[in-house]
Amino acid sequence: MQVPYLEFDNVSKSFPGVKALQNVSFKCYEGKVHALMGENGAGKSTLLKILSGNYLPTEGKLSVGGRQLVFRNTKEALLAGVAIIYQELNIVPEMTVAENLCLGQLPHSFGIVNKAELIERTQKYLDKLDLNISPDTPLKELSIGQWQMIEIAKALSRGAKIIAFDEPTSSLSAPEIEKLFSVINELRDEGKVILYVSHRMEEIFRISDEITVLKDGQFVETFSDLSKITNDDLVRSMVGRNLGDIYHYRPREVGDTRLKITHLSGQKLKGDFSLTVRAGEVLGLFGLVGAGRSELLKVIFGADPSVSGTIELDGKTISVRSPKEAIEQGIVLCPEDRKKEGIIPTATVGENINISARRSHNFLKFIINEKWEKKNAEQQRQQMNVKTPSIQQLIVNLSGGNQQKAILGRWLSEDIKVLLLDEPTRGIDVGAKSEIYDLIFKLADQKLAIIVVSSDLPEVIGVSDRIMVMRSHQITGVIERADATEEKVLKLAMVESKAA
Amino acid sequence: MTSTTQEKSAGSFSKIWNAYGMLLIFAVIFVCSCLFIPNFATVVNMKGLGLAISMSGIVACGMLFCLAAGEIDLSVASVIACAGVVTAVVINMTQSVSVGILAGLGLGIAVGLINGFVIAKLKINSLITTLATMQIARGLGYIISDGKAVGITKEEFFELGYQDIFGVPLPIVFTIICIAIFGFLLSKTTYGRNTLAIGGNQEASRLAGINVDRTKLIIFVVSGFVSALAGVILAARMTSGQPMTSVGFELVAISACVLGGVSLNGGVAKISFIIAGVLILGTIENAMNLLNISPFAQYVVRGLILLIAVIFDKYKQKFIKS
Repeated sequence: MQVPYLEFDNVSKSFPGVKALQNVSFKCYEGKVHALMGENGAGKSTLLKILSGNYLPTEGKLSVGGRQLVFRNTKEALLAGVAIIYQELNIVPEMTVAENLCLGQLPHSFGIVNKAELIERTQKYLDKLDLNISPDTPLKELSIGQWQMIEIAKALSRGAKIIAFDEPTSSLSAPEIEKLFSVINELRDEGKVILYVSHRMEEIFRISDEITVLKDGQFVETFSDLSKITNDDLVRSMVGRNLGDIYHYRPREVGDTRLKITHLSGQKLKGDFSLTVRAGEVLGLFGLVGAGRSELLKVIFGADPSVSGTIELDGKTISVRSPKEAIEQGIVLCPEDRKKEGIIPTATVGENINISARRSHNFLKFIINEKWEKKNAEQQRQQMNVKTPSIQQLIVNLSGGNQQKAILGRWLSEDIKVLLLDEPTRGIDVGAKSEIYDLIFKLADQKLAIIVVSSDLPEVIGVSDRIMVMRSHQITGVIERADATEEKVLKLAMVESKAA
Repeated sequence: MTSTTQEKSAGSFSKIWNAYGMLLIFAVIFVCSCLFIPNFATVVNMKGLGLAISMSGIVACGMLFCLAAGEIDLSVASVIACAGVVTAVVINMTQSVSVGILAGLGLGIAVGLINGFVIAKLKINSLITTLATMQIARGLGYIISDGKAVGITKEEFFELGYQDIFGVPLPIVFTIICIAIFGFLLSKTTYGRNTLAIGGNQEASRLAGINVDRTKLIIFVVSGFVSALAGVILAARMTSGQPMTSVGFELVAISACVLGGVSLNGGVAKISFIIAGVLILGTIENAMNLLNISPFAQYVVRGLILLIAVIFDKYKQKFIKS
């Protein structure tokens, strides 16, 4: 029998008021990819933070290579050969590939960096990962996928034995994902211990050898033979119920044209866009990273200045020069990057909900109406099923899914006509995803025009009435729901359309 | 379960500590001073203490909003001096106290407008912008006054500095009114909430429909205005406009805010923070004067207090997290 290299033994972690992990035990082996699954708030991130030395477990131990230990800080974890490739990469964009790779361990003599050795050492790891990048390139000139590769190279250069990936594919394009998988496979064959955290089922089945499921901070089960289980088994294990079709799509009646865009372009939006969305219609916007989807939404929302073109709402041309003007006319956007563009981290859940709609409820336009604020925040919290001990809780203490629901609550406090959703379910667990889909359909029933941007193919096909596909700031095709298949959509998004 | 109730009470304790901890520390310092420092707990000394902190109290109100929005205003001390000089010169010129005061306050608003416009509209870093206007305003003060103190000839003006209301000197009354108004603005109005939101996450605030540029412009105009107000009051107390006064006072205002618990990263601020910060700084300075500690040593003590306060604050947050 093989001896486990990494073992979690009855690991628990409590925060004031929350038990993030309770008696979690499982084993990971050399030369195997061990996937970690669970809904948001299941404890995956906490587990990774214990592994990386960011958190000290309240109880329990880790054992690495047969030694029982607990990492008191990140340095101890590094020394023990643990490397975590985070969703948000720890890079310095202004510095070169080589400098980033050797960050903290720059080869030097008496404090002066030895450039030749730096380049040589970097090249070695770039070659190993088969990366065709010059060590002198500043990182800001590379793509997110390449940044991730550099992070992996960094982990290898530090002699990492255990490499954990936290949602590594969430912002990668399809070819980048392929590249990542081939690298992971190589690392596995070299006998590394790989931990892989992701929400994407297809990936999990493709890449992993074993799957451990967590739920509400507790260990559920470890699947060691993946040939015997299906998607549904996994979902059932994660949510404790069989979700079946998580989209619950049903046809609905669509009304007149609600949003009409003609020849729109912006400073960051290169092409020339025309599209219409009717009242009660859900338009899916699919494209790979860099296709210009977020840029398009931002111009419609007034967040990036438009250069040319017109926007019509219910037949009237409107001017949208700022998000404020857009919101006042009933156009709202849930941004892609919740942390950077969505939440106010220093504020409470209630404050995050009320921040926009309060303007129409104030006394004398500027004095807060506390009674309305409390009522509205409570109402949105219930309606959106935001899981929080109270609306007074700081929003950063909630899981990603609940933050997203709070932001949706912010917009449902308004009288809206057009809802723009940019990757509404990124990094969100299956349960919360399903709630958000239900909400989309409910709002469509209320005759809103909805645009959903997503890189998740099944999602786009599952929620949309029509799918518009974009590639490098151009619309490459529009597909009706009835005709939509994953192949068709992907083809439009990827393949260079040849001029006939 | 007992563990959860314990956790709950621990949570509410940290909440209370966050809001009032520094006021508690002030109370301890104050009581100790009363008990152990001769002549501290006298009416005369209390008035002196009140007058000494009235300036930092007013200026800290404006600074609070700058810091809450994640910005900083270094020009406040120069505005104090320049507004005093302008008030003195205009009073002497027109023989009208009210025109002089208006001119002084107008100067503050003008500097604030320039700061706000450059920072909000032209997107220049506030540290650099106000570092520049700080020198410009200081220089203007010297130019207008010809480098000398400008004695004021209208004696009614001095009442602003010495008049009492029920035994409370006017500058202290102004400070209390300022703190009340700014406390209300910060917690009960969209202006205050938007300021905090911008400090917490500027881009998210913009995408939530907040007019970030306008809010920032107002913040700096208000900061300029209250600094000028402090300058006018100071001129009344000194019976002259002095271009060299209050050098380094911006650091006192920032220290008071940070000491009270205002985050330099923005987004976290309460009016109780500056009340505590201003009172602690003022009381310690007063105590040191009564104890005849040399002014040179006082600098060291002030610096140490600020350093200890921020380290303590950082440590406290870590302690609560783990």
